[in-house]
Amino acid sequence: MTTLPTSTQKKLGLVIDLDTCVGCHACVISCKGWNTENYGAPLSDQDAYGANPSGTFLNRVHSYEVQPAEGAAQLIHFPKSCLHCEDAPCVTVCPTGASYKRVEDGIVLVNESDCIGCGLCAWACPYGAREMDAEEKVMKKCTLCVDRIYNENLPEEDREPACVRTCPAGARHFGDFADPDSNVSRLTAERGGVDLMPEQGTKPVNKYLPPRPKDAMPEIDVLAPYLEPVVAEPKGFISWLDKALEKL
Amino acid sequence: MHPAPSVIIFTTFSGLGFGLLVWLGFGLPAVTGWTAFAFFTIAYVMAVGGLIASTFHLGHPERAMKAFRQWRSSWLSREGICAVVALILMALYGAGLVFLETRWSILGILGALFSLATVFTTSMIYTQLKTIPRWNMPLTPANFLSLSIAGGALLAGQVGTAVILLLIAGVIQFFTWKVGDSRLAESGTDMASATQLGGIGQVRAFEPPHTGTNYLLREFVHVVGRKHADKLRMIALGLMTALPVILLMLPFAHWVAVIAVIAHIAGVICTRWLFFAQAEHVVGLYYGKR
Repeated sequence: MTTLPTSTQKKLGLVIDLDTCVGCHACVISCKGWNTENYGAPLSDQDAYGANPSGTFLNRVHSYEVQPAEGAAQLIHFPKSCLHCEDAPCVTVCPTGASYKRVEDGIVLVNESDCIGCGLCAWACPYGAREMDAEEKVMKKCTLCVDRIYNENLPEEDREPACVRTCPAGARHFGDFADPDSNVSRLTAERGGVDLMPEQGTKPVNKYLPPRPKDAMPEIDVLAPYLEPVVAEPKGFISWLDKALEKL
Repeated sequence: MHPAPSVIIFTTFSGLGFGLLVWLGFGLPAVTGWTAFAFFTIAYVMAVGGLIASTFHLGHPERAMKAFRQWRSSWLSREGICAVVALILMALYGAGLVFLETRWSILGILGALFSLATVFTTSMIYTQLKTIPRWNMPLTPANFLSLSIAGGALLAGQVGTAVILLLIAGVIQFFTWKVGDSRLAESGTDMASATQLGGIGQVRAFEPPHTGTNYLLREFVHVVGRKHADKLRMIALGLMTALPVILLMLPFAHWVAVIAVIAHIAGVICTRWLFFAQAEHVVGLYYGKR
């Protein structure tokens, strides 16, 4: 049924730390690697070595330049994947029931054998988390590595999403938001984790930790302001050139 | 949004076909025999042709039967059910008119109501999407329904009524554009809310995730066609409303009516192209585009 569960036992999701992310795209590659070789249809590429390469990705890293009112601009890397929303609009629009939100852990999944490839779920998602695979013609999305997190064939430290496992900066954290003492709940509370596009009313489970404020460099030498400027007026040839150009 | 020909053909011709079925269901005109056969054929070719066109954009059309299951939550599913019920009811009603010269009026009225419901549910597929603020307003179903009923009246030869309904549809179309133009700005969704970085300063998309394009950009960010939008709106209103109204005021002749119908269809195709091409999906904001 594509009606949403009123509540889920767990709320599994990610915390993404925008202060720590270095924009290396390792999470993008590990995601594509794991999800191409495992659960569901592979993530295809079209014209991968040609003039117009394009392909299906479940996780993409944007980069934004943010210009404060004063001071230098900041560059912020911004990984984006499915936010496993509590009020997921992609689930309710699905005509076949292929899209669903799991009652046990809140993961939003697609049953690919029921997907007719109408694309309406991708239309309903404000975050661009769903992509239609051009080869398989079914909707692909982040599964929160559902085939890793419960997989007893993997060593225990690998039982987390591939993107989290691979992040060299430690900018991605996986856990249960329903548990107020979990790592992700505490991080969100301590660092003021936020929802993306809260006005869309999707109640995303994944949270983003905003970049920490930049510190200001204080004046190092108290006498520095009293020193004479090094170059006041140009001299010699430069002085002549300056005046000559002025007159033109 | 990418203005895919399949959805433009679907919404245009299904709207007209079901619009004609509404009028036939209410017995306007009260035709029987071969005349009824001709009217029902036109209606079915348009309604069913449009529905078939809509399956062209499906990745797996062979699984289309599964789409009738989720009527509890999905407007797309509801639309499918309404369309099938309307077509079955109207086929039975039409068979009575054509072969038995008998009018089962209750069947006709029920079929007409389901035909209206089909157009309404179609419009709700678009209206429900908060991600496309331009569509997410009550004017969208008003726009679809008024065009369908007016076009149906035109096809059903209800000359006097068609003139009034075409004018009403034109006015609603005008306000749909006018109000729609400011919907994205009013929605409160912008790059600051998308990235939640507005607290630091002005946000600018610095680098996209990939050097190439992707499904999201192809499907949701269509900027090319917006350049001539104002001119196309004028052309659309002229063809869809003004020209048919003028032609219907002239002394009646079949060739004049045919030109009025063709002009109207061309106008509706034009408005539907604009409906998709001008729709801004909020995901474009992550790419610094709209």
